[in-house]
Amino acid sequence: MKTAAAILIALAVQTTLAGLVIRGTAAIDLVLIVVVYLALKSGPVTGLVAGTVAGLIQDALSTPILGIGGLAKTMVGFLSGVLATQFILDGPLPRFVLLVMATALHAGIFMGLYVLLDLRQFPDPVPAVIGQALGNGFVGVVGFQLIEWLSGFVDRRRAGQFLKR
Amino acid sequence: MALADIRQRPGMLLGAAVLLHVVLISAQVNTASGLPVLQVVTFGSFAEVQRGAMAVVDGVGNLWSGYVALRGVRGENDALKQELRTLQVRLQREHAEAQRTGNLRQLLELRERANLDTIAAEVIAAAASPEFRTVTIDKGTGEGVRADMAVISPAGVVGRVILPSGRASKVQLLIDRNAAAGALIERTRVQGVVEGFGDGSLRMEYVLGTADVKPGDLVVTSGIDGIYPKGFVIGTIEQVDRGTGGYYVITVRPAVDFTRLEEVLVVRTPAASPGSEP
Repeated sequence: MKTAAAILIALAVQTTLAGLVIRGTAAIDLVLIVVVYLALKSGPVTGLVAGTVAGLIQDALSTPILGIGGLAKTMVGFLSGVLATQFILDGPLPRFVLLVMATALHAGIFMGLYVLLDLRQFPDPVPAVIGQALGNGFVGVVGFQLIEWLSGFVDRRRAGQFLKR
Repeated sequence: MALADIRQRPGMLLGAAVLLHVVLISAQVNTASGLPVLQVVTFGSFAEVQRGAMAVVDGVGNLWSGYVALRGVRGENDALKQELRTLQVRLQREHAEAQRTGNLRQLLELRERANLDTIAAEVIAAAASPEFRTVTIDKGTGEGVRADMAVISPAGVVGRVILPSGRASKVQLLIDRNAAAGALIERTRVQGVVEGFGDGSLRMEYVLGTADVKPGDLVVTSGIDGIYPKGFVIGTIEQVDRGTGGYYVITVRPAVDFTRLEEVLVVRTPAASPGSEP
């Protein structure tokens, strides 16, 4: 339930902030960040499901071909979950690196399939991908910290109210 | 429980998800020919399945038609072989009938041409001993056959009757060692006696060494022996040699193929009244 809500919120915010564009490419992919976060927290299966659902919805909303973004996010969600089970990715730097790698993988699959199927060309994509990866990494790390701090804050407050009683 | 099982197999889940996406993408993307990839791939894959299924069906069909369904073929084959043998025998019989008809036609033509009183007879047996060159014909005294009657065929002189019985007669062939016939060389009218030599050839004796004789000359009956009508072909001179006593030794190749005698004519007309002139 929390997973679905997170995806929906990310999609809503993403569509709202679609104006944040650098060189014609969305600089930040909030949906991707949420998928990576869910994979980090819940493992590869959750990451996979979240990536599939979120990617398909994102495809339906924005791209002409349903499934390419879904496939890319499925792979990213699954692999992020696998990495999270193999390595300790609690610190900001590992998470930043993970988000950069996830963005690069997502872009590779997404653009690669479009080019492979001769549906669209991406002239000079590297700067755009780097920009998006850095943006996702920064926003993701900050977002993850914020969510975890808020989560801890809520927990501490509930504990304090419980003790006052 | 099932959900828990799936969560224990993330790789399988990933494969399913990837396959789902590939199918989804394929359904929307067209090939160079304008057809959806999913349709092309599905059709192509199913075509291979159909090809495989057809191969299996063909294999089973061939197995059935090539082995199982052939159980009755052996009997049919035997029946067909029997029928073939019957037809071959019939064909040979028909062929023999045709051959015989041809021979009889030739015999009839000879009969008309020779203007002789003759009896047509069929050779029914050969000599019991190889030392004697004789045949048996199916006409005997009951049909008017008598001893020393000449026997001829469309090709030429065959021999003479030596032993007539009621319904058959023994004929001494001209090539028998004891057979002889008065003969003359058609070209030069030189006379002599043709005798059998026992080996299938004939010798013309008593021809003077001064006579005009050469290989290739035709030898015919002279009629002076009182048995063979005059002018019937005996054979062709094959070789002329100088003999002792001032006579030629002349080898004659018989005109009649004695190994293939089937129908003959027995001449009832006395030799004194000759047939047509040669």
